[in-house]
This record gives sequence, C-alpha cells and structure tokens, in this order.
Amino acid sequence: MSDRIVLQVENLHTSFFTRLGEVKVIDGVSFYVREGETLGIVGESGCGKTVTGLSIIRLLPEPAGKVVGGKILLDGSDLLKLSQKEMREYRGKKITMILQDPMTSLNPVYPIGDQIAESIRLHRNLSEGEVLKEVISTLKLLRIPAPQMRLRDYPFQLSGGMRQRVVGAIAMSCRPRLLIADEPTTALDATIQAQYIALFKEIQRETGVAIVFITHDFGVIANICHRVAVMYAGKIVETARTRELFKNPQHPYTIALMESVPRLDQKTDRLYSIQGQPPSLANLPPGCRFLPRCSDPLDFCHEREPEEKVIGDEHSVSCWRMWRTN
Amino acid sequence: MTDEKEIVAARPKRKGYGLSQRARLVKKLTLIIPVAILSILVLTAIFAPWIAPDSPTATNMLERKLPPAFMEGGTTEHLLGTDGLGRDILSRLIYGGRVSLSVSMLVIAITASIGTALGIVAGYLGGHLESVLMRITDVSMAFPGLLLAMLLSVGIGPGFWTVILALSILGWAVYARMVRGETLKVRELDFVLQARIIGASPLRIMVKHIFPNIINSLIVVMTLAVGLMILAEATLSYLGIGIPAPTPSWGSMVADGRNDLSMAWWISTIPGIAIGLVVLSCNFLGDWLRDKLDPRLRRL
Repeated sequence: MSDRIVLQVENLHTSFFTRLGEVKVIDGVSFYVREGETLGIVGESGCGKTVTGLSIIRLLPEPAGKVVGGKILLDGSDLLKLSQKEMREYRGKKITMILQDPMTSLNPVYPIGDQIAESIRLHRNLSEGEVLKEVISTLKLLRIPAPQMRLRDYPFQLSGGMRQRVVGAIAMSCRPRLLIADEPTTALDATIQAQYIALFKEIQRETGVAIVFITHDFGVIANICHRVAVMYAGKIVETARTRELFKNPQHPYTIALMESVPRLDQKTDRLYSIQGQPPSLANLPPGCRFLPRCSDPLDFCHEREPEEKVIGDEHSVSCWRMWRTN
Repeated sequence: MTDEKEIVAARPKRKGYGLSQRARLVKKLTLIIPVAILSILVLTAIFAPWIAPDSPTATNMLERKLPPAFMEGGTTEHLLGTDGLGRDILSRLIYGGRVSLSVSMLVIAITASIGTALGIVAGYLGGHLESVLMRITDVSMAFPGLLLAMLLSVGIGPGFWTVILALSILGWAVYARMVRGETLKVRELDFVLQARIIGASPLRIMVKHIFPNIINSLIVVMTLAVGLMILAEATLSYLGIGIPAPTPSWGSMVADGRNDLSMAWWISTIPGIAIGLVVLSCNFLGDWLRDKLDPRLRRL
C-alpha cells in the first residue's frame, strides 16, 4: 500500500427524483482510498452502499438517479466534470466494477474470451494477437486454470465461482486504478468466497489496484479490508482501520452491528438483532438518523444531526456522544 | 418439503414428454411435412425454368379448362390441368411460387430490419424518442393496410415493387413493438450494466449485447410472417392490385378461376390449396422454432 490517494470522494450527495419528490439516498458522504488499499463499505440493505458505488462510476439508473453535489476525484481529476463520452473512456480502463450476481452479469451469447477481449479492444489499440495475449494473461491473473481452453467456453458452461472469476477478469483486463466490488462474494458459497477474497488480495498486491469493497458481511470485511466505513441511512457514521474498528467500535450503530454477528465461541439462546427499521429516506426526522434505534441516546440527539469527530488516527465517528466532555 | 412436490406437480409438462410412441411420431411429422413442403416450394421457385413442364404464360386456345390428370378427361401433359386461357396450371403454380416467395422474403427483410432497429432504439434509449416512435407504431398498426395498398396501386400503378412498398410501409410496426418489448426486458439484465461498466457506447450495447439476445423471438415472428405475407400478396393479387398479368401469382390465379368455379373448379382451387399448405407449413415451423428457441418455454 502506498500513500498515493486514488479515489477521493468529497461530500457526495445523490438523490433519486421520484413521484414522491426528491429522496436523498446519499447525504454528504466523504472518503478516500489509497493505491493498493481496500476500503470496506458496510451497512444494512438500503443504506446507500450500492448507490455510492454507482455514483462513483456514474451509472445511476436514469433518469431518476442523479449526483446533486460533491466531488469524486480519481487521481485528482473530478469524474463529475467529465462528459458521458470521456466517462466511457474511464470506465473499464481506470475505474471498474464487479456486480453481485455472476449468473446474470455475463452475456449468455458470447464465449468468455470475447467478453474479456471486448474491454481490451475498447480501451487499448492492440492487434488481435496482442489482445489474445492480454486475455490469457488476465485469465492467469485471476488464476483460471487452462486459460487457452476456457476462452471459447460460454458462461453457462462455468460454475458460479468460475463465472465470478471471469467477471473479475473483465474488470481487471485493463489493469484499472480503482475497482468497485459490489458484494461480489454474496452469491458464492463459503469456501469459494474465501478463495475469491484471497485471490483479490493477491491481485491487489500484484497490480496495486485500489478497491472499494461493498458488503454487509463483517467476516469478509475482516478478511480483505484495510479500512472500513460504516454507512447508515445515506451517511457514513464511523470510519476506522479494520483492526481498530473491531477492537474499539464507537458509534452505537457499529457496536450494534458487531453484536449482531453470531459468534461461535459463546452460547446464546437468541441471536442479537438491532431493534426497529432504518428510517425512510423520503422523510427523515431532524436530528440523528439512528436515534429511534439507539440504545444510549442523549437529550439533544433529536435536535441536530451529529457532527463528525476525529477520535484517533484515521478513526472518526459521527455521534454526539463523542463530543461529550468528561 | 411438500412445497417442492407441489411446485413440481404444478409445473406444466414439457412438450413431447411422456407422450406415446405414436403421438411422438405425429409430433415429428408436424415438423417433417412442413419442412418438406417449404423445401419443395423454395427449390421449385429457384429452379422454375428447368422444372416447369411448360411456359407459365403460353396460351393454348385448344386446350382450355382441361381437368387435372387424375380426373376424367385429364392428360399427363398437363398434370394439374389448364386454366381459362389454356395455360398449364402446374407451371403457373411453380412460377407463381417465385412471386409469392420473393415478395414475402423481401417484405420480411425490409420490415424486420426497420422494425428491429426502431424497436431496439425505442426500448433502450427510452424517453421522448420512445414515446414518438411507439405512437407512430400504434398509428401504423391501426391504419387499414388494404386501403393503403389500393391508394398506392392507383397512385404509382400496380407492380412488383408497389406490392413490396404497400406491405412494407405498415408491416414494420409489428416487429418494432415486439422488439421494443424484448429490449425493455433485456436492458434490465446485469450484463447490460456490465457492458456499460467496461465503457461500451449505447450503440455498441444495442448492436452487440441486446440484439443477439432478442434474435430468437425475432426469428420466430419472421417465420410466422412468411405465411402472412404470402397470404397478403395473394389477397392483393386477387383484388387486382397486386402483381399485374400475365405474371402468374397465386392470388391472381385464384381470381382468374372465379367465374369458372362450377365448371372448372380446379383453376381456383389448386392455387388456393397451395396457399393454404404453405401458410400452414410456415405456422407449424414457426411454432416449432418458438418451442426450440424460446428459453422460457424450454425451461418448463
């Protein structure tokens, strides 16, 4: 991991414009990822993890979704200022994404070799022989056995784990700077999941790609991420290095999430779960978004949204309890 | 796990599965016979000059209204008899097949191309463009085609290209609507998002990623359209706004025999049977293709 920052997201606001009006799905999110670093974004369903990813690569569902404010700097240049055409040149080449379900993210009518080659042909001016070489070297990078023989396989001939590797190969084909992985292991079974994560750690060491890893699985986070950002209802409530977050979680939501992970070393009758539901983003109450579910609120939590406080090296929390002086 | 059993029981039986030997043979014949009929049609149309026993336009006043060979008074010289002008019906049928086939092929090629292009564009790009295109499609589907054909025939005179034009101007709408529907379905699939992730342009996505995934449905509709187009051309020719005489066409052959139906029924009936057999064959083939190609039906 180097100190160079690849992706810097500053105060990102993304809204969906629906018949019910504007829904602020991402409400002022900031984070950064360094070269060779993996940032985990964790949170429950609907908290805005995927929308954050789609905002960065600028593929929000049109015409409803729109980035309404903020900056997304990739190696210093603001992606939000690029035209659609310029953005297409970035996609696949400098910034790419792995989707959740490997069963549907490959085109059923083309052999996998062609699908990996498509990305290379789009972004690099190579002869057909060189393209083929690149495809094979990418398949090797993803540790796909017997790459020459796999080239002409159709997606339906591959297992789920192998397909997800092919999706990874498409993503890595142009050796991008930034990879957004949107729950790439959720559809895989546990052993394949572990393999896939180990594989991406190796790939990251070899290529120095910065990874934004979206997940709701703390096991996966612990395994691959250097740092973690915990999202709740469109905001980042806590961010810290992985070890620090597991050892010393501060936000009540983070603590509650940690509690919810079933543990093998303790006997319990009932698994812990967080009370209540995440708030509807369409009409948020003033004050802290987590207040209705918070186990330890203060008297003024309902008045103002909590401000972020840096409480340690790369550890910051948005909770009024952090501001209490005692 | 009773649920699973119920699901299995509720699932419709796969076609051909569990049928008796005889039923399976019948099912096979419903493919073999249509394919055979259509093959004969295509081959005789291509090699008409060598196969036809006679000229399709040569009249012979001495041999008028001869019955087919299998009837009393028929000769082997004119296997299917002769018409009111003494022209050999078999030869006219063979040459008429050329017209029917070329009209339907050309019209389908034109309408399917236009309709597919517009349908994919409307379905993928959406927005105002889609609304405008789909309203035009609605109008085209509501407009009486026969009226248009008559107007064109009066306006630019009857002929081969007038028929093509008349059938093409409105014919694309069916494809546009079907393709748009399929595109709406396909565009939401993850591999389209995946294509956008690697930086593919909208045009590329439409041509390389959406089109190959809707081609199955398109082929089925095109096959079914062969029969419809043959019927449409026959209708126009029957009404006298199709291919002008003396070029034989199945529709005009039926029309020619109208007045002699009581005395020489074969003049109208034989081309009528030909139309019926070919249209039926196309429909059987289309149904078979749909079962074969449609992954949703296959999964059942």
